[in-house]
Parts: sequence; structure tokens; C-alpha cells
Amino acid sequence: MRVNVSVNGQAMTADDVWEGESLLYVLRERLGLPGAKNACEQGECGSCTVYLDGITVCACLVAAGQAEGREVVTVEGLPSVSIATAVAAGTAVSAVSAGVSPGVLTGDTAGDTAGDTAGDTAGVSMGVSVGAEPVSGDGLDEVQRCFVEAGAVQCGFCTPGLVVQAHSLIARASGVPQDAEIREALAGNLCRCTGYEKILDAVRLAAARALAGNGAAPGSSPLVPPGQGGSRD
Amino acid sequence: MDFLRPATWEEALAMKAARPDATPIQGGTDVMVEINLDKGRPAALLDLNPVAELAGWAWTEDAAPMLRVGAGVTYARLIAELGGRLPGLAQASRTVGSPQIRNRGTLAGNLGAASPAGDGHPPLLASGALVEAVSVRGTRLIPIAEFYTGVKRNALEADELIRAVHVPPATGPQYFAKIGTRNAMVIAVCSFAIALRPGERRVGTGIGSAAPTPRRAYAAEEFLAEELDWDGRGPLDPALARRFGELVAEAASPIDDVRGQAAYRRHALGVMARRALGWAWTDHTAGRAGGASEGTGLSL
Repeated sequence: MRVNVSVNGQAMTADDVWEGESLLYVLRERLGLPGAKNACEQGECGSCTVYLDGITVCACLVAAGQAEGREVVTVEGLPSVSIATAVAAGTAVSAVSAGVSPGVLTGDTAGDTAGDTAGDTAGVSMGVSVGAEPVSGDGLDEVQRCFVEAGAVQCGFCTPGLVVQAHSLIARASGVPQDAEIREALAGNLCRCTGYEKILDAVRLAAARALAGNGAAPGSSPLVPPGQGGSRD
Repeated sequence: MDFLRPATWEEALAMKAARPDATPIQGGTDVMVEINLDKGRPAALLDLNPVAELAGWAWTEDAAPMLRVGAGVTYARLIAELGGRLPGLAQASRTVGSPQIRNRGTLAGNLGAASPAGDGHPPLLASGALVEAVSVRGTRLIPIAEFYTGVKRNALEADELIRAVHVPPATGPQYFAKIGTRNAMVIAVCSFAIALRPGERRVGTGIGSAAPTPRRAYAAEEFLAEELDWDGRGPLDPALARRFGELVAEAASPIDDVRGQAAYRRHALGVMARRALGWAWTDHTAGRAGGASEGTGLSL
């Protein structure tokens, strides 16, 4: 079958897709986007995390046909979406779609109004790739840059999934997330090199920079220095 | 394999009637694992994502209104939007998989798969939910305790789809507890849910992952309904709590498997039941609804 899907802002078409095929397979093997990694194929490891209509999902668990007509952003597309823009857009989308802020855990604010049939309560809008200016000369998104600066990459296989999931956490967070929130947000992303301390450093750094206005000037000291969480490697 | 994409609910029902061998897919967090790992290959996938009306929830028009949670409502939305009304279910939902899984997975998918280990089942049993099963022939509401018919088997007919789950809002404290090897991405070794309904002087229970199907602990429920000092609001009698734990453990029929031993499961269920009752009773005596404000699932 044929699948039409928007990937990183571009309309793409994949042909001869098997009906049981995953979105991950289509991205990697048919659309030439190997950023999302194929590891467990059962949603356990998070290596294939991508945005689907602004919400992070395991691409291995989305049937390719389910992505028809929808919007996918992979790690390759992150540099075109600034965190600041994503936060603003995501908040606006949520407010309109359901009247509930992302992260509200008690139902009190939901009142007696019925849920929005359109779904995607906490979606982060990705429709802002042009004119948003997050990309410096290195072509990296701020979260990617922080992973590099914090030394949060060892073998690198889990990194794309972690970067996308961390991007989503920071896009939704109102301040620098607490460690417990970071751990909860990244609970579905496994690093077999077990470099979690540096990964947490990278996320804290990226969150602090997002809060401080999307990217510290070169040479200025970051709010949370890399390695603060202790180095053990 | 065929890939069926109904645009409306009526189309979905017609397709399921014409292709009773089609497997409905919503979040795909269960169905795609089977396909990816080649454990099973459905003749057809019936993609329910495009059926927008499934992704909403609303109050029913019953005399005692229930929450009608559409089959497309994800765990993430259930937690965010219904956590205050359905605290037990929200607690259980928070223990499902990871954020990525909760962004896609649905309660209806849990019911369709009918794994005895599904986290959604115990709180649905404890609160007396109804499954809205629909086909071109009509609609029926299946009481949750009659829905599970065997390991990964349920009461749905081949042409039926789950439209929604009707869940009574909490009228008292509710808690969910689960044993696993870590706090995330864990299939329950065993799990337990309790719902106090002080107005009716009734208690609901649900046992997960410790019998061929999720099930209630009827004798334990009756025992508490009789023995709790509903008006006294005094502290819980430890002997009563212990007896409740024993009755819950007796209601299970666990097996030894890769996740745990039968004897361990039975023991752990008794402990979870006793503690969950303690938390619920503390809330009750303090006049709190209970469980609603918990940020995460409770670990033991």
C-alpha cells in the first residue's frame, strides 16, 4: 500500500509498504531517515522515539498506515523546531483543544465538560519550522548541542530517542524540571552503556537554556555546568 | 494482510461485520509487538485512529451518571483529564509502560487484549465498570466482571468493537498497587485495586496478574462491607486488615512463571490488599476522597 505522511515538514510518500509494517521501518528503510533507531521492536527501549502529531511515540509500535496524513518529526528534523517556539505553540494548542494544561493531574480543572474528540491534549505544535531561529552554525538543536557538551553520548545508539523525548519534556515544562520529572519522562528510554548521569546533566542544561531564552551566548557560562551530577566514567 | 481504514464509527462496524477476522488497532502498543516479533499475524488490521469520536469522553445520562471513556482515549489523557474523577484508574494508568506508551495506549486496548496482567483491569473491577460493545446488530453493556473469559480472551463477539468503557466516578477513596521489578516499563507480577464506597457501605476490589483472568475478591469485599466501622471513623483494626489481606490472597489462583512464583504472588497480594485498605481507610477517616492527588502510582 501507499503511505503519505509529512516528515520533518516535508510531504513524503512511501510505496509498496506492507500492511503490518511499522512507521519506524518506513522512516528508516523507505524514506532514508535512519535517525530513529531500531532496537527492541516492542516499545521497551525508546530508541525509535519520534513525534507523531506533536506527541512522542515509539515509531516501532505505530503501524505505517496509521501515520497516513499525519505529521512526524524525527531527530533529523529537530533543528528546525525551536524549544521556545514549541513551548508557545504547544501551550496554545492545549488551551484551545481541551482547556486543560498539560501535566494537570487532578481532574478538577477539567470540570464537567466532555473531553475533546480531537484528542492530542498535550500536543506540541510542529508547524513552525520556517523563521524560527534555533539553528546555529552547527546545525544542531539546542537539546542535541547540550548532549554533546555534557558528554551524554557513549555508543550513541539510544541518543536520538533520548534527544527527542528530552525535547518533548523541555517543550512542555514550565521551568527547569526536577530530577524526578526528568527520570519519569525518560523512563522509557534505555541506555545500555548506562550513561544516565551525563544524560541527566544534558537535560538539565538544555532545560536551563530553554528557560533562559533558547541558547546561551557562546562563551557565557551555562546555568547548570556539565558534569554537575557527578562523573563516574 | 489487509489494512482497513474506516473514516467513521459506522464504517468501522460495517468493516468488522464483513471482516470478523480483522484485528482492531488503536495505540498499537500491543498489536504491533505481536506483528514485529512475528508472534501472530492478523488477517487484517482495522485502524480506529481516524474515528475521531472514539477519542472523546462524556458523562452518561444514567440516573447516576458514569464517565463514558471513548475507546480512543489514551492513558496520558485519562490521567490528565479524568484523574480527579477516576483516581484508581488514573493511578493504574500512570504505571503503564512509559510516557511514549501512555501517549498511544488505551484502556480499550487493554480490554481488547484481555491480558490478565493489564493494569487497567483491577480498578475497572473495583469500581464496577461496564464495557460498551457495539456491532451492526446493536449495542450491549457488559459488566466488567463478566467481560474476562480466559487468558487473553474476552466476551466480545467476532463482529463487535469496544466503543467505550463506562466507569462510575469515585464516591470514596480508591487505590491501586502493583508489584514489579522497577517503577517503569513493568508488566505486573501482581496488582490490586480497592474502591471504598462509603455511601453504599460497599467495597470494590480487583486482582491483576494472579489468576487466568483479572477478578474480584468477592469474599473479601463482603467481609469488609460487614465489618468496617463505617460511621466510627476510628483507626483501622489491624486484625481486620490482616483478614482482608488473607481473603484477597485466597481469591487468587496464581501460577509460577517467568515474572514470579505463585506463592510469592499470593503473599504479595495479601500485603498489597492490607496496605491499600490502610491508605483508603486513612483517607476515609480524614474525610478525603483519596488517591486523587497522588502524583505517581504507589510503589510498595
